[in-house]
Amino acid sequence: MPDHSLARTIFGRLTIESFPIHEPILLVTFIVVALLGLGIVGAVTKYRLWGWLWREWFTTVDHKKIGIMYMILGIIMLLRGFSDALMMRAQQAIAFGSNGGYLPPHHYDQIFTAHGTIMIFFVAIPLIVGLVNYVMPLQIGARDVAFPFLNNLSFWLTVAGALLVMISLFVGEFSRAGWLNYVPVANLQNSPDTGPDYYLWALQIAGVGTTLSAINMVTTILKMRAPGMSMMKMPVFCWTALCSNVLAIAIFPVLTGAFALLMLDRYAGTNFFTNDLGGNPMMYWNLVWIWGHPEVYVLVLPVFGIYSEITSTFTGKRLFGYSSMVYATVVITILSYLVWLHHFFTMGSGASVNSFFGIATMVISIPTGAKIFNWLFTMYRGRIRFELPMMWVVAFMLTFVVGGMTGVLLAVPPADFVLHNSLFLVAHFHNVIIGGVVFGLFAGMDYWFPKAFGFRLDRFWGKVTFWGWVIGYWVAWTPIYIVGLMGTTRRVNHFDDPSLQIWFVIAAIGAVIILIGILAFVIQIAVSIKNRDKLRDTTGDPWDGRTLEWATSSPPPAYNFAFQPVAHDLDAWFDMKERGAQRPVSGFQPIHMPRNTGAGVILAALATALGFAMVWYIWWLAAVSFVGLIVVAIGHTFNYKRDYHIPADEVAKTEGERTKLLATGA
Amino acid sequence: MSTTTLDQSTFYLVDEEAEAHHPEGGTLLGFWIYLMSDALIFATLFATYGVLATAYAGGPTQRDLFELPLVALNTAILLVSSITYGFAMMAMQDGKLGGTRLWLVVTALLGMAFVGVELYEFGTLIAEGATPQTSAFLSAFFTLVATHGLHVTVGIIWIGVMLVQLGQRGLHPENQQRLMCLSMFWHFLDVVWIGVFTFVYLLGVVQ
Repeated sequence: MPDHSLARTIFGRLTIESFPIHEPILLVTFIVVALLGLGIVGAVTKYRLWGWLWREWFTTVDHKKIGIMYMILGIIMLLRGFSDALMMRAQQAIAFGSNGGYLPPHHYDQIFTAHGTIMIFFVAIPLIVGLVNYVMPLQIGARDVAFPFLNNLSFWLTVAGALLVMISLFVGEFSRAGWLNYVPVANLQNSPDTGPDYYLWALQIAGVGTTLSAINMVTTILKMRAPGMSMMKMPVFCWTALCSNVLAIAIFPVLTGAFALLMLDRYAGTNFFTNDLGGNPMMYWNLVWIWGHPEVYVLVLPVFGIYSEITSTFTGKRLFGYSSMVYATVVITILSYLVWLHHFFTMGSGASVNSFFGIATMVISIPTGAKIFNWLFTMYRGRIRFELPMMWVVAFMLTFVVGGMTGVLLAVPPADFVLHNSLFLVAHFHNVIIGGVVFGLFAGMDYWFPKAFGFRLDRFWGKVTFWGWVIGYWVAWTPIYIVGLMGTTRRVNHFDDPSLQIWFVIAAIGAVIILIGILAFVIQIAVSIKNRDKLRDTTGDPWDGRTLEWATSSPPPAYNFAFQPVAHDLDAWFDMKERGAQRPVSGFQPIHMPRNTGAGVILAALATALGFAMVWYIWWLAAVSFVGLIVVAIGHTFNYKRDYHIPADEVAKTEGERTKLLATGA
Repeated sequence: MSTTTLDQSTFYLVDEEAEAHHPEGGTLLGFWIYLMSDALIFATLFATYGVLATAYAGGPTQRDLFELPLVALNTAILLVSSITYGFAMMAMQDGKLGGTRLWLVVTALLGMAFVGVELYEFGTLIAEGATPQTSAFLSAFFTLVATHGLHVTVGIIWIGVMLVQLGQRGLHPENQQRLMCLSMFWHFLDVVWIGVFTFVYLLGVVQ
């Protein structure tokens, strides 16, 4: 049929059946998302905000705005990822015996895959990268990052990846092979559908963004610190950001490589991870976990930095054991690269190999434990102010320590043989990721929100968020530890043993309590915006902070600091306050700044088109967007005018307003 | 940043030229770090090749396939191209635009010769029935060598772009910086190729 082949040329394997019109859950979700999207587009058009959005935000190279956009992306994707979690909890609470629940296996498998993929790649990473982007340059007293355009491009590539995952919800299927897209399930013969392809293209595109961002941050920290700020006078958050990003540079290429090989298997018929012709599926497991385990530390190290900053600020003391904190961070960075095999002790690599990886894993708990004691000793005899960020720190210490201990338990190979692939493991990593990373991100958001927007977050709704998450976490995951210890396996959408049901019902209740926490967070932001005049921070230093980000106004001007601050002490801003440093109010000079560019948005849009076309075998579109990518990228290098100067009188005007504001506050 | 004497009472640099905050060498350091990340992609491919190098699945082995004289020729071409790139950089440092462009053209031509010989080798192998789909060994071999070849191709395109930009703006400081990055890239590919030549070809035939 010539008609048919024409349609195939134009649309590839995309047909009307690719749209889930027969699945009521997806259809309703699609309608809701479409209406929401139309509403937002309509509102932006009605209030003529497109130009403003494009000029001030989409094309910005300002690290602060890019940081905020990363945060928004992470929070939106958190809502998506958490919806997946609620669906799974609901399914597992009811699917016992003759009740099959409401999610058939092929749908359930996509949900747990999407949940894990989204939560790590499009929630945790954007939120961490966003905070580092916003805070780190301010803390080192810099005016921007080393490569401002690259920063914008990194962000948009992450968005492109997130977009592809979201498209897979409504066009075709997502992967069913788990959050690391395991072979042999993800091999072409077992998953001929679009699922693994969506996964691979989304993560390759986002992964390039993450790698570029990491290179950018490391260069910024190494090259752009304020005069006087030696490495050992750098705030701990910057140290952890440095180690986290060095680690990211060391691991993301491995993931890119592994995914590229799986792509070749699926598109070109090679035999890297196939079951025949010499292919070796365990090779894939090794490669993705060489990325996967250090990735945990890429996420958690900056969060340790956040806890350190907050503990020291809210106890009004210098951080206890600064240098041991730095060394612990560096040691964790190195060790995290040597433990990947503990994710599959059951591979059968032998007692010696398993012992090495088991012991290496246990050793990591030593520097981590040192950190916990440093925080405790910082608090000891301090004047602790239990503001929202500090509450998260305490909850973190109590929760995370349990996760750490179950981790050491799992590091013992014989125990792991029993617990491998059980819900005990699932409870363990949710314990460390929620109790460590998520709590820390909320702490960081509460802490730095006034810096970014000029007003504090509402305390009451912040407390509701806090208790929702903390209580919800324990109610949701303690039962999962218990059933896991009893041997219940993960990634299952139906159970036969009715005695287990009660635990899953409790877990579902816990998930609902976490939902309250998440909703309260959204309300907290709305209420704070409404009451922003009451919550206003006129000083730029609402918490009596110790590091340089508090030396400038809230929100900081585009150029961050009118005059380059000089660091004499680890707590540079505290030292300046102690010794009565005067903020200069005259003699302003023009400030050299990078110019905005739309190239990042265009490149990311082309990358999205390329990914979509490759997923659906629409070869012409793939070719066009690939050529487009190269042409735009090369074309961008012909632009030599990438900077401009903020005139001195504009700087003087901005700083003059701040002088007035400071006078009224004092 | 030039550390002028920072006495304890200086908290802000008031007189400082506003330009100073984008320090020298940031781009070169960033590009170097990128190269290290690229090196890790090659490390991944080398490790994969190492694991799969004997997974012949009944197909041909290294001994059956590799022709060392051809590969030796190709190695020589690439090594010479690194020297010619060095000449381009020396000309650049002397401020000689013509010499820089000439040596860049020579480097690009050598690069093209390298890629050409590689494509010829691939063509011969495929004609013999040794395709990337034949066995895991050949999948790993083709992917490792072709990834290197692809990098060289990118390098050639980059030289082309630089020739145009040199024509437009001469030895503009930004162009000089780009040529230094490209230089690191080109020499890096040489180093990777020495790894390929040793571990894939030489060891393959010795075994």
